[in-house]
Amino acid sequence: MEKSAILQTVGLSKYFYDPVKFKVLNEIDLSIKHGEFVSIIGKSGCGKSTLLYLLSTMDTDYEGQILIDDELMTGKTDRELAIIRNEKIGFVFQFHYLLAEYSVLKNVMLPGMKLGKYSNAELEHRAMEHLKTLDMGDQALKMTNQLSGGQKQRVAIARALINDPVLIMGDEPTGNLDKKNSDLVFDIFKKLTQVENQTLLVVTHDTDFAERTQRIITMEDGKIIS
Amino acid sequence: MNTKLILNIALHLLQARLKQTIVAAVGVTFSIAMFIALVSFMNGLNDLLDGLMLNRTPHVLLYNEIKPSKIQPIFLAEDFKSKTNFVHSIKPKDIGKSIYDSQTIISVLKKDERIIDVAPKVTLPVFFNSGTIEISGIINGIDVLPEEKLFNISDYIIQGKIADLLQNNSIIIGKGLADKMLLTLGDIIKITTSKGNLASLKIVGISEIGIAEIDNTMSYTSLVTAQKILGEPTNYITDIQLKLFDITSAPAIAKEFKDKFNVDTIDYQSANSQFETGSSVRSIISYAVGFVLLIVAGFGIYNILNMMIYEKMDSIAILKATGFSGNDVKWIFISLSIIIGLVGGIFGLIFGYAFSALIDNIPFNTTSLPTITTYPINYNPMFYFIGITFALFTTIIAGLFPALKASKVDPVAIIRGK
Repeated sequence: MEKSAILQTVGLSKYFYDPVKFKVLNEIDLSIKHGEFVSIIGKSGCGKSTLLYLLSTMDTDYEGQILIDDELMTGKTDRELAIIRNEKIGFVFQFHYLLAEYSVLKNVMLPGMKLGKYSNAELEHRAMEHLKTLDMGDQALKMTNQLSGGQKQRVAIARALINDPVLIMGDEPTGNLDKKNSDLVFDIFKKLTQVENQTLLVVTHDTDFAERTQRIITMEDGKIIS
Repeated sequence: MNTKLILNIALHLLQARLKQTIVAAVGVTFSIAMFIALVSFMNGLNDLLDGLMLNRTPHVLLYNEIKPSKIQPIFLAEDFKSKTNFVHSIKPKDIGKSIYDSQTIISVLKKDERIIDVAPKVTLPVFFNSGTIEISGIINGIDVLPEEKLFNISDYIIQGKIADLLQNNSIIIGKGLADKMLLTLGDIIKITTSKGNLASLKIVGISEIGIAEIDNTMSYTSLVTAQKILGEPTNYITDIQLKLFDITSAPAIAKEFKDKFNVDTIDYQSANSQFETGSSVRSIISYAVGFVLLIVAGFGIYNILNMMIYEKMDSIAILKATGFSGNDVKWIFISLSIIIGLVGGIFGLIFGYAFSALIDNIPFNTTSLPTITTYPINYNPMFYFIGITFALFTTIIAGLFPALKASKVDPVAIIRGK
């Protein structure tokens, strides 16, 4: 089977209006294929994070088109986009964003409970499987504030995986981690692409990390230069 | 929409901020409890005061008023029909205080289905004689059984029994009169009627209504005794008192009987309009205070939810990133305020009932109200219904603005800001 494009942009531009009108992204055409492990690098302020948030569908203020899984995202309502994010995209941010009110297991299950595809018992089983593959099985019933930074990030990854998304996006997922934990997260990502054939798109300024990915997109002044 | 999940998240957020939540709920509890206690007490008091005056007042009274004839002889004369006639110095005509054909009217009224019962009465102004002193007063000749049924007069008899009135030549006198004339149970009182008839009656009871004016002048005897003192036959009745099942129909029924029986009538509403005004003003005040308390509680909830939203910005952002729409987030916060309102409100109802019961047990002894031993409370379920409805209404409104704010939180701004 030929690898199809999971994520495509056509002439994607974005402006910032404050304090003056400024074009952050300039006519970006981008295509990411199924199973690719892509990293976006560039200097601070080049627009790489802005691009990621447009692709995440959370920021809808742009010109051009975004297609995820051959489906046009542009012009969809907040509710439709929320459902797409829930079903098709997993997020890993620099900060873990776990809910302190819930246990590790519940945190992982939450997007799955929202999707409502599996029963709670099945969801719990799946969440446990993900946690186990991330070597976090024994921490499942702890509260999130009892975990270390690296462990929290692994829980966040498990949460991103729970609904079998077609695409996982990361915004500096290793930014807050030390070398050892960064490597661990990288290995997890690598394994996901190789074993699960998962597509990954990661914004990073960690060149070490980027160099080990399959494809590097370098950005400068709102454009892709390589 | 995934209601269960949303409720679950709302409950977890509450647990994380348990103390603040309890403070918010206590605010609602306190205001609902105060509202219920206040309204129940006010209405109890209203009922008491209404009862004091109005329960002793017939809903419709049939009597003969002293007044001039409406039709003077000259108006009947053919020759002067087309002329304008002036008649000076008209005097009221004495048609007698007795209601004409009273026995027939009473039997017709007793069959009327709108009427609870009919109590005929003879009122006679008299002088009570004590040595050389004469004290003016009124004797009500009453039909003991219906009178008791309609007006519960035995509630006001502090000594003796109402049933003793059935004996011949017996009388129950007001406490003021008894004190003034140094009379006690079993004594004989001498009376003179306005026509000069003399009678001696045995005191079988002493009544106290709590209104000095009445206690100083009023006394009760049986219908037969009153008629005998006056030297009138047994069909001599001066007043026919009615109580109706539907008190609001009193003015219409009064008018109907006025035309039907050709007597004068007065209804409860016209006779006691000032009492109605007092009652409604007291009700309005108690409702206003209750609502103000609830609105203050509403502001408390608004504050706490607002604070919670600022604290939980990260959680809102990640919920949105992982697929919860703005609407879902809005409902999470609305559920939060509904939970606070409902829990606080239900405890409010319980405490409101407890406060009411407490007030109901506080001794309240006053010589003017001999039948009342504790403060009055009206336990109308309607107050509880209004309380919980208004609690939910205010908390939902108070939660709505923070919830809308939360639904508009831009997750990108939060996540990128880190």
